[in-house]
Amino acid sequence: MTRLFKELYRAPLSAQFGFLVIIVYVLLAVLAPVLAPFGETEIVGDGFAPWGGDFLLGTDNLGRDMFSRLIYGARNTVGIAFAATLLAFLIGGLAGLVAALKSGWVDQGLSRLVDILMAIPQLIFALLILSVVGTTATSLVLVIALLDATRVFRLTRAVAMNVVVQDFVEAARLRGEGLWWLATREVLPNTAAPLIAEFGLRFCFVFLFISALSFLGLGIQPPTADWGSMVRDNAVLITFGNVTPLLPALAVAVLTVGVNFVVDWMLHKSSGLKG
Amino acid sequence: MVKSILLLLVQRLALGLLSLFAVSVIIFLAVGLLPGDIAQAMLGQAATDETVAAFRAQLGLDQPPLMRFMQWIGNFLQGDLGVSLANQREISELVGARLGNTLTLAAMAALVSVPLALLLGMLAALYRNSWFDRALNTSALSAVSFPEFFVAYILIMIFSVKLGWFPSISNLAPDASFAEVFERSVLPVATLSLVVIAQMMRMTRAALINLLASPYIEMARLKGISQARIIFRHALPNALAPIVNVVALNLAYLVVGVVVVEVVFVYPGLGQLLVDSVAKRDIPVVQACSLIFAATYVVLNTLADVLAIASNPRLMHPKG
Repeated sequence: MTRLFKELYRAPLSAQFGFLVIIVYVLLAVLAPVLAPFGETEIVGDGFAPWGGDFLLGTDNLGRDMFSRLIYGARNTVGIAFAATLLAFLIGGLAGLVAALKSGWVDQGLSRLVDILMAIPQLIFALLILSVVGTTATSLVLVIALLDATRVFRLTRAVAMNVVVQDFVEAARLRGEGLWWLATREVLPNTAAPLIAEFGLRFCFVFLFISALSFLGLGIQPPTADWGSMVRDNAVLITFGNVTPLLPALAVAVLTVGVNFVVDWMLHKSSGLKG
Repeated sequence: MVKSILLLLVQRLALGLLSLFAVSVIIFLAVGLLPGDIAQAMLGQAATDETVAAFRAQLGLDQPPLMRFMQWIGNFLQGDLGVSLANQREISELVGARLGNTLTLAAMAALVSVPLALLLGMLAALYRNSWFDRALNTSALSAVSFPEFFVAYILIMIFSVKLGWFPSISNLAPDASFAEVFERSVLPVATLSLVVIAQMMRMTRAALINLLASPYIEMARLKGISQARIIFRHALPNALAPIVNVVALNLAYLVVGVVVVEVVFVYPGLGQLLVDSVAKRDIPVVQACSLIFAATYVVLNTLADVLAIASNPRLMHPKG
């Protein structure tokens, strides 16, 4: 832990900013009910009330408090994106490790399956499936996790391939260790650095993707407070020169920039690149 | 030597065809995830069994899946995309003009972004670690992190609301003049370009920097060759393959990225149609649009690889 702080102290300003942003968002998401002055879906006044007074950032199109919904959005939007990324890593990471360890037809089968899935653009694939199964939070998480698992699989397999051929893995195999042990105890710890960086990048993709879907009205469904759909619902205000609808989009952008800065720093450190 | 390249190209093209086929199968089968089937879903719970059966026969759902697939893809190739469930119109009618609009939008964005991104990427690689490079890199990283609709609304805010230079909505009349089309497309094109430029620039910079670090470039420097000659004669031919690849990949991204931008600007393109149809669960239209988008994507990706193979000097002069 102290090592982490020391590293952070020496990290560039952008990475420190990124860490700060992530911590603030996590706190907002966890403490949402305490921090928000009004309920998530509570109608507290007229639609499109201006800033100030009881409502710090005014109200939205239905008269719900914008500030409260922004805070709850941290919980919903970030939460769903995080769940989808985690699931994508579970599926893709495990499959990638197994493909690298087993090789042969298991590897061939999984790799070709992923090739086919990756041949379809992600947004189009998601829209196709969501139009069939309907847009619920569960289907959203599952569909996105499955689509992103393909990308995670590619990377995990490529990184694990380099580890699998090393002597200590061979030694473990000769000891008679099972597949689970080999994957989690031998290969995984040695592929952790690139995978953690990939987790950050993947999270950004998923987060932007879910925001885009919600913005299109096909992601997280009302009345749940969600940054993408909040932009869409209040977009009318923009034509009057009011910046309120841009705040949720800004919230998305700031978190993504923050995570990207941190990942950039980590990649820079782990690659040992100077300049 | 030419033979080995030809073989690679043929292999890649065959793979492209195979993925096209796989994609069409997936799009066709996706409907199978529907609980019950499309006829049941369209008519709802209240429909009697006879109505559902009749509707099923009307849609041809009583045929075996293989037959239906052959028929669907066969019709598709002849330009018959089926009938919309929502308004019973021919899908090809709905798609026709919109496809043109979408391709125009993507092409305009490509024309703006490709030269600009390549230039910026080369400059950043040449003057790497200067303040210019750092500023460019940070803004590119930010631009990649922004949701497209955020970029779009900021542009609307500045150029349409505050300055009043361009309209915020790009709904085109079918008989719009060229000037009008151009004026209304400026903001969507700018939005798309900003997002793509950032990515292309970063990748071009990375490809060039990798190359500039290689020993033969250092050798050229030590020989005392001018900077311009090093770049154009020594570095660029070898950087061509990755750069061409980057460009084609981003073009593929552009074709799909238009979806969100079209919705923001109410631009009458294919993306808008797709989103509307998903909301209405008009599945034949969704299938048709998906297939068109996916096919364009596969073709551009294949093109990227083919160009990368063809422009790789090492394949032109293989060892042994």
